[in-house]
Amino acid sequence: MNLWMIFKVAIRAIFRNKTRSLLTALGIIVGIAAVIAVVAIGQGATTMMMKEINGIGNNLIMIFPGSRNQGGVHAGSGASQTLTAEDGEAISRDLTHLVRAVSPMVRSGAQVIYQENNWSTQIQGVSVEFPDVRSWEIANGVFFTAADQRSGTRVCVLGRTVVDNLFPNDDPVGQSIRIRNMPFRVLGVMARKGSNTMGHDQDDVVIVPYTTAKRVLQNSIFNNVNMLMVSLYSLGDIPAAKEEIGSLLRQRHKLSPNADDDFSLIDMTEITNTIGSMTRLMTILLTTVASISLLVGGIGIMNIMLVSVTERTREIGLRMAIGATPSDILMQFITEAMVLSTTGGLLGVLLGTFGAKLVGTLQQWPILVTESSVVVAFLFSAAVGMFFGFYPALRASRLNPIDCLRYE
Amino acid sequence: MLITLQNLFKTYSMGDNAVHALDGVSLTIAAGDFVAVMGASGSGKSTLLNILGCLDTPTAGAYLLDCVEVSRMSRTQLAHVRNQKLGFVFQNFNLLSRTSAIENVELPTFYNRRFSGKQRRQHASEMLERVGLGNRADHTPSQLSGGQQQRVAIARALMNNPPVILADEPTGNLDTRSSVEIMALFKQLNQDGITILMVTHEEDIAACAKRRILMRDGQIVPTLQPADKAKP
Repeated sequence: MNLWMIFKVAIRAIFRNKTRSLLTALGIIVGIAAVIAVVAIGQGATTMMMKEINGIGNNLIMIFPGSRNQGGVHAGSGASQTLTAEDGEAISRDLTHLVRAVSPMVRSGAQVIYQENNWSTQIQGVSVEFPDVRSWEIANGVFFTAADQRSGTRVCVLGRTVVDNLFPNDDPVGQSIRIRNMPFRVLGVMARKGSNTMGHDQDDVVIVPYTTAKRVLQNSIFNNVNMLMVSLYSLGDIPAAKEEIGSLLRQRHKLSPNADDDFSLIDMTEITNTIGSMTRLMTILLTTVASISLLVGGIGIMNIMLVSVTERTREIGLRMAIGATPSDILMQFITEAMVLSTTGGLLGVLLGTFGAKLVGTLQQWPILVTESSVVVAFLFSAAVGMFFGFYPALRASRLNPIDCLRYE
Repeated sequence: MLITLQNLFKTYSMGDNAVHALDGVSLTIAAGDFVAVMGASGSGKSTLLNILGCLDTPTAGAYLLDCVEVSRMSRTQLAHVRNQKLGFVFQNFNLLSRTSAIENVELPTFYNRRFSGKQRRQHASEMLERVGLGNRADHTPSQLSGGQQQRVAIARALMNNPPVILADEPTGNLDTRSSVEIMALFKQLNQDGITILMVTHEEDIAACAKRRILMRDGQIVPTLQPADKAKP
């Protein structure tokens, strides 16, 4: 009996009991649809997160001040005041083969005022290389210059959220706003960046030269900073760069060989890895849930195939009498189970894709139906059919034709 | 000889007892013969037919079908023998329901490579013509009378051009008129050269055969042949 014939007989047998076949396939349909939909939503979310992480900056390493150890007493992280803008300049100068741009970050909060509007926001003191480090463009006007940075002039560049709140109608470029009762000239407006992974609004910011932030806003004579942001040429250089930055800073901070680092280096690979392990965990959970639902669906198929074998005992007997070999019968019932399960799988893929797209449209959520998930789902449903169809088919093939022909 | 049975035994063990369904049966059937097997229920005639039909294997003894020893073959080999050498006609027709007459007739050719799709349909329709149902090809069994259903079954048995047709009470479920028609068809097929072996318990049906075999307690009883019957 050739495969096409077997296939045709299977199709016919399935269509003979349409309702029953559909209900049997439903177990597989729901299982596959759930997997496809959740994977699509999960993949979309992961892709979006990855995109955001890349949006934080170009191959970024962040250097934070570490804890301070004074006479055996450890202060908390960030307590050390040894990390300075000069460290950043040194990194930029000494590691030119790896480092593309460096910007310090001096943070403080303040109320900013323009005419009758006021807004509480974060002031970020950075260097001229900041737009490059963060891969953040200026939408309107210009960024401050190296001269502004050297002399600590009172100029600023605004994030979109600040513009929306202070300048509902006016063009902010060239206007003067007041920060801590000091006038600052607005040079430009940054492009909209949106919320970051933590949900923090990155556009709610006023950017000033770090020198201005230190001397004018914090009224400080020290040059320590909250963070240094180092942008590398290549993502692959991160481990090497961390190594070199570490030894350079230890040398600059005159740390003895057995002393702890008074700084810490954080890069995006760690966050990427965290997201990667979250994704892996989700995949494991999904696979478990999918396996259970497909197991249940498979048992349904096995059940119905056993019923079908019993119902068609006489047909089996007749087919054997007119020349069907045991393997013909085995093939016929396995094929029937596989057609049932793969049809369920295909419908499940369609339903899952449709469901995911629907959720994506309604919830404004990114959806990514990958080809591999569709192929894997389909192959898996075929395997379920083969596995759970085997036992009923084997039973059918081992029946005695004489008993079958007599079966009432 | 087309069929040769030598000292055939079929023994079933029922607990401690051994039941001899066939108890040393020897029989030869020549090509072109038309044999009626008769006997009370439990006489072993069904067992004999099952073994002749390669649906069952004997416990001991030899069975040569068309000069091939088939009594020790595997299930798969027996399936091929059934497909190539034998046609079956059953008391209850055993047609696939909700399947057209012509598709029922085609069924035996699914298990060999004798025909391509088009030839298969052509040959099946010739077989339906042969049993006088050329105009009923698309009817399903439920749309046919008992006699017509049995004709479809006979057309199906003829599909692979087997040398032997085995019929198990072929008129058992039919009225008298249909029975007469079916027997006329069997006689015609026999005249065309097909060997027919038929189990029946009706005298007038058995009378259509060229000779008859009477079974009792798993053995063949020597009996008068129709040729001898003419003399009182």
